[in-house]
Amino acid sequence: MAEIKSVIGTQNKKGQVYTDPWKMLHEAPRTPSFFTGSEVIKEAIRRASCDVMIAYPITPQSEAAALIGELFAEGYIGDYFRGESEFAVMSQCAGASFGGARVFTTTAGPGTMRAMENFPMWAGARLPIQMIVTCRGINSPLSIQPDTLEIAYLLNTGMLVWHAETAQDFFDWILKGYIVSEEPDVHLPLALCCDGFFVTHTKDVVNLTPTDMCLPPYDPYRSPVPCMDMECPPVRMMRDPFVMKSNYISYATHASWQQEIWAAVERSRKHTIHWLNGLVDTENTDADIVIVASGTAVSQGREAIRMLEDEGVRCGLVKVKALRPWPEEEIREATKNAKHIFVPEFNVTGWLAKEIRATVPNSQRVHAGPHVCGGMTMPPEIIVSEIKTTLGMKTFSLAGRGS
Amino acid sequence: MSKERIQISEALYDIMPSDYQDLVKSATYGKEDRGWKDIGTSKELIEQHSLCAGCPESMAFRYILASLPNPEDTVMVGSTGCTSLVFPMVAVHNIHSLFGNQNAIASGLKRALSVRFPGRVKDVVVLAGDGATVDIGLDMTLQAWFRQEKFTTICFDNELYANTGGQESGLMQKGFVAKMAPVGKLFDKVRLPEIARESGCHYVVNCTVSKPSLVEKVIRNAVHIAREIGPTYLQLYTPCILEIGKNSMEGLQEMRDSEKPAERFAYKEYVSEPAKQLLAELAAKDKERKAAAKQLAAQAQAN
Ligand SMILES: Cc1ncc(C[n+]2csc(CCOP(=O)(O)OP(=O)(O)O)c2C)c(N)n1
Ligand code: SF4
Ligand SMILES: [Mg+2]
Repeated sequence: MAEIKSVIGTQNKKGQVYTDPWKMLHEAPRTPSFFTGSEVIKEAIRRASCDVMIAYPITPQSEAAALIGELFAEGYIGDYFRGESEFAVMSQCAGASFGGARVFTTTAGPGTMRAMENFPMWAGARLPIQMIVTCRGINSPLSIQPDTLEIAYLLNTGMLVWHAETAQDFFDWILKGYIVSEEPDVHLPLALCCDGFFVTHTKDVVNLTPTDMCLPPYDPYRSPVPCMDMECPPVRMMRDPFVMKSNYISYATHASWQQEIWAAVERSRKHTIHWLNGLVDTENTDADIVIVASGTAVSQGREAIRMLEDEGVRCGLVKVKALRPWPEEEIREATKNAKHIFVPEFNVTGWLAKEIRATVPNSQRVHAGPHVCGGMTMPPEIIVSEIKTTLGMKTFSLAGRGS
Repeated sequence: MSKERIQISEALYDIMPSDYQDLVKSATYGKEDRGWKDIGTSKELIEQHSLCAGCPESMAFRYILASLPNPEDTVMVGSTGCTSLVFPMVAVHNIHSLFGNQNAIASGLKRALSVRFPGRVKDVVVLAGDGATVDIGLDMTLQAWFRQEKFTTICFDNELYANTGGQESGLMQKGFVAKMAPVGKLFDKVRLPEIARESGCHYVVNCTVSKPSLVEKVIRNAVHIAREIGPTYLQLYTPCILEIGKNSMEGLQEMRDSEKPAERFAYKEYVSEPAKQLLAELAAKDKERKAAAKQLAAQAQAN
């Protein structure tokens, strides 16, 4: 067999050194920098050895998508353009990924919904595209404000779905996301979600890896399905086309492939645990009360816990980092002592609470809420109030009706 | 990819399907002036298909695959429809993803291949039905042209949605009674070739697939122009004999009838100025190459 040459240690055309990802992310020195979430996306992509980025404007991701255009102009990305709609953009991303490129895109709210038909196709075609979703409202009347309802629609597409809390999560997870989703036994797209504005438009101190280090390039020949570049002989993947054939082979092919997609999601678990240091983070889960949340609801939960502590109420916290693969065992374990499980969410339907109810025994322990939606903020006081009300403690009235 | 890459391990040779063995032995990958005349003497890049017996789409497929100038470095993009029944049988890489998004897929694909293989030829050819091209995918069809994406778009125009059972499409003739056009289609056949020209295509042809030599010529032109200059568009009449009530033997006659001078598929062509220049250069090179070969043959005979 031909010797496989490693690119680690060699330079790309911008002079960045392809670096072992683990070393780059865990051992290389970090520089604290004060950046908006959008700028952090740009900085992560600068180090991600991306081949193609395709953009379309929608608040609150437009700034990040435009900043990546600057990276292209500087020569850090192979190609970049504005597509004509999110549906088209996600198909253009698919085309680029079918052609063996490492692909990046960003969208939000109505854009996610417009493009939806593409996502199960991406997963079914095993395209490890990374899509940042800066969640915003999707309902009429039009809202550009943060709201995480769109994540509910992504959960059953076969994509990996992660939910970042902070800009630091974002920086690290963009880079780690490519590593996990490009593993040959995974090879699935990743929706890396955050709560729009709260993360994208606020400034935070983020510890960045050195600018002169970047991820090794994507190797499309590690894909479990052939790359469509005519560099390997064309294979007849099926004798008959799948479609319209009502026969056993067709059904069996479809059934086994769908199972394989979800098996690949399952196989991503070990890689995700390795790279994200667990699918969840936990604090004080021996307490009677545990808050389980994802995204910026975690930050609000943390603040609520501090406030409750001042009043002598002890409360634990579970930060759910990965939604797909779903941390079933972890959540069960972390909530096993809890008499009450609170799930604060930035959406009207409470999709996370539903997932948790389906996961834990004695699901009447799960209190779905508090919920805010349509762009409302979630002051920690309303989490505190929800918890105290449930415990039968006296609480102040948040929005008095003159009672 | 070079032809050398299409090999079968000797140890596995006898268990490979015979159509694979044939592909390795006698397909025309890498042959310089491959064309429709190779059909019958070499392995075609299409195996058996599951279209209706006598469907002109199957003729079109065979002529196109025989004529691609560079199949060893061509990737095709299809769409949902009757054509998607054929692609699994095609011996060049091809992508099916969704219905109507073919020109978006091709845009991303072509750019990825250009990034990954700078300085090498990688042709991209889209082949989709009229519903895919003109109705559900029209925005992506046009936007790819506006952006001057360097690939060829081929529309198999059978003037209806065949695969879903014969519904009205934008390329259907006005007045035609079909499913979802219960009192006859109320508006004219969309004039996509003219729109293609206005949208920036450098080579546009509207014709039938009754003559293999013509298909060969327009495919070669379209692929070469797309490779060097910008988008090209071919609208090929491939009548759906099933839905217009013809039997298996009548497809060819239907095409011949529809390409008469005043008919809607009379040969129409538009070539942009830069494309004209390129075609002239290619023709001159071809002439030179043939003359040199002739001279060589004469010399060999004299010796
Ligand atoms: C989003 C979506 N809408 C509708 C369909 C159903 N559909 C499948 S094939 C087809 C018609 C294809 O017509 P055309 O593009 O003209 O190709 P033909 O079958 O006539 O060759 C339709 C409507 C689909 N697969 N996906
Ligand atoms: S339905 Fe029409 S277009 Fe489709 S294969 Fe049959 S004859 Fe051809
Ligand atoms: Mg049709």
